[in-house]
Amino acid sequence: MTTRTPPADPCATCPAYAHLERMGIKMDTFDRVVALAGNPNTGKSTLFNTLTGLKQHTGNWPGKTVTRAEGGYQFNGVRYKLVDLPGTYSLLSTSQDEEVARDFLLFGQPDCTIVVTDATALERNLNLVLQVLEITDKVVVAVNLMDEARRKGIEVDARALSRDLGVPAVPISARNGEGIMSLLSTVADVIEGRIATNPCRVEGTPAFQKAIRELTPLIEQLAPGIPNARWLAIRLLEGDARVQQAIRSGELADIVRRQRSPEEQLSSTMAIVGRQ
Amino acid sequence: MATPEDVLARAEALRNSLPSGFRDEVVQSLYAEAERIARRAVKTAADRKYDLDQRIDRLVTAPVSGLLIMLLLLTVVIWTTVSGANVFSEMLATVLFGFGDWARALFVSWGVPWWITGFIWDGVYLCLAWVVSVMFPPMAIFFPAFTLLEDLGYLPRVAFNLDWLFRKAGAHGKQSLTMMMGFGCNAAGVVATRVIDSPRERLIAILTNNFVPCNGRFPTLIMLATIFVAAGFSGVTASFIAAGAVVGVVLIGVAFTFFMSWLLSRTVLRGEASAFTLELPPYRRPNVLRILYTSLIDRTIFVLWRAMLTAAPAGAVIWLLANIPFGNTSLAIAIAGWLDGFGRIFGLDGVILLAYIIAIPANEIVVPTMMMMYTGASMMVEGPGSSEAIRALLVEQHGWSLLTAVNLMLFSLLHNPCGTTILTIYKETRSYKWAAMSVMITLGTAFLVTFITASLARLISHLI
Repeated sequence: MTTRTPPADPCATCPAYAHLERMGIKMDTFDRVVALAGNPNTGKSTLFNTLTGLKQHTGNWPGKTVTRAEGGYQFNGVRYKLVDLPGTYSLLSTSQDEEVARDFLLFGQPDCTIVVTDATALERNLNLVLQVLEITDKVVVAVNLMDEARRKGIEVDARALSRDLGVPAVPISARNGEGIMSLLSTVADVIEGRIATNPCRVEGTPAFQKAIRELTPLIEQLAPGIPNARWLAIRLLEGDARVQQAIRSGELADIVRRQRSPEEQLSSTMAIVGRQ
Repeated sequence: MATPEDVLARAEALRNSLPSGFRDEVVQSLYAEAERIARRAVKTAADRKYDLDQRIDRLVTAPVSGLLIMLLLLTVVIWTTVSGANVFSEMLATVLFGFGDWARALFVSWGVPWWITGFIWDGVYLCLAWVVSVMFPPMAIFFPAFTLLEDLGYLPRVAFNLDWLFRKAGAHGKQSLTMMMGFGCNAAGVVATRVIDSPRERLIAILTNNFVPCNGRFPTLIMLATIFVAAGFSGVTASFIAAGAVVGVVLIGVAFTFFMSWLLSRTVLRGEASAFTLELPPYRRPNVLRILYTSLIDRTIFVLWRAMLTAAPAGAVIWLLANIPFGNTSLAIAIAGWLDGFGRIFGLDGVILLAYIIAIPANEIVVPTMMMMYTGASMMVEGPGSSEAIRALLVEQHGWSLLTAVNLMLFSLLHNPCGTTILTIYKETRSYKWAAMSVMITLGTAFLVTFITASLARLISHLI
């Protein structure tokens, strides 16, 4: 990955002056990687298409899509690679679509993850947000379908949401472009550390906490530099066969390395899925 | 430095040290947190529809009322099917068999050789007429009712209600979705198991799918329930008793689904049930035209057409078996005779077993095959009259008892999957072993259960 110099003009980071350029699939060089996660049918692909100018097939079903789409956009002179992950309700089970999503969040180390949520069904969507927050703290929550919510008489207090989640929440309406610039500048701010995040994590019982604390350093010993040993510890405690297998075969470290290159990531994920 | 096996062993030990429900607790606290945050961030103007959805859900997914509503809906659907199908079936039968008699007479008057007339009208056509008149009415009622519940968004609620039972059985909660698809067609149910993530739980769902009666088997159950169980009652009472008997058989099938899932997850497919998230979609106003289209064209006509494709050659085979001489009788009677002793052990008879062998390609043709062999044997080729006529034929001429009817219903419920389903199981698992297992599990259960009921009946009749 190439590094970049921060924008010279401070106004460039202000949403009012922001500039978005859609780059389609031209991503030979990019500065930042942003992942797009969310429940199915929250308008995730609509947002992906709005940002990249691509025409990804929208309206997918859980389980049908097992691959990720990639596109690019340039915002205030910074080139972002946007990775559209399969829409999932959770990251807890072992279906192929959820694996693609969570492997990328775990090992792909995106610079930021946008979790797209449906403002009209926020509670259900927050389940996934909380699970993503277990994995990474570089998260921006996009509260989508605000227009639909208003029509239904639903009000979402994004500020209260940000406070409770510990990561920024931005109300948007991907269909008519509302809030997009604000979302992109928030993403940039989170990536550059201008917004500090303090993600809400579900604690569980003391015994559970103690078990996690014991297991986490052991995993870090096995795969030095692993981005989220704590999350893996939780999965191990829950008896996740996929994580058990990754540990047994010693491929955790490999995955960390390989997740970076797009083709190899997919083939390695598929190989793991195929081996099961 | 810890080795991978050390870490896994330590994780295993820690997992066992935690209380058994800790995974649920983690998921639950996650959900509680999501609810708490959402409550603070979301303000909803009094939206009546939203409230109504929640109120309905509270009723429909509550432990007691949820199960009662489920049972009630099942009974209503089956009662509608049973009572509607009987009238419709008799009407169809009159028309179709009438046409057959007329065409047969025409062939005879033209001087067509007897074996051509027989092959076409007493074999192929008769079997087709049976399949259409027995199958079409229940399907034309059941499928729209089922699709209505599906479109309303009720099926995920059933999955929600039954989740704890499936988890207790070591199976996946989404198995209730595939089980419900099985009511339509077991092959479709097997394909639907793709929604289940873990290979172990998916295999359990595949192997046990056949324990719910598909539309090909409902007609058998409905006919037997009407003619035997509800015999002696009339009108609405009879239809309620017949429907009650069918509901009972369905519940036995569901019980076997749980039992076999439990057995499998404790023996060959050992493991724990995995957690999953299932969305309860908003209730939607069903689109009547779309329901009629999906259920009548995509489902009813599709399934009926498939049944007819197997019924035509089956009719030919039955006619040939009944007309190829063997000693001083026909091949059909001879084979049924050989099988008879074996069948009697299970409270069945040779003709029934032969019908099941001929009907391996499609369960739909069990009743037609059986009836054609019975009527053929007693030279009553003109087809069925009323329920009383069929009852008289079976009881007086072929020695059927209530035990025969009950055991046939049980056998029909539990026996091996049809050819299409076996093939689908092979395609989905890519394994001859599991396809063979699915046959052995079901057939073994069917023989075991009917053997027990037949033995009990014999014991009781000895004592009395």
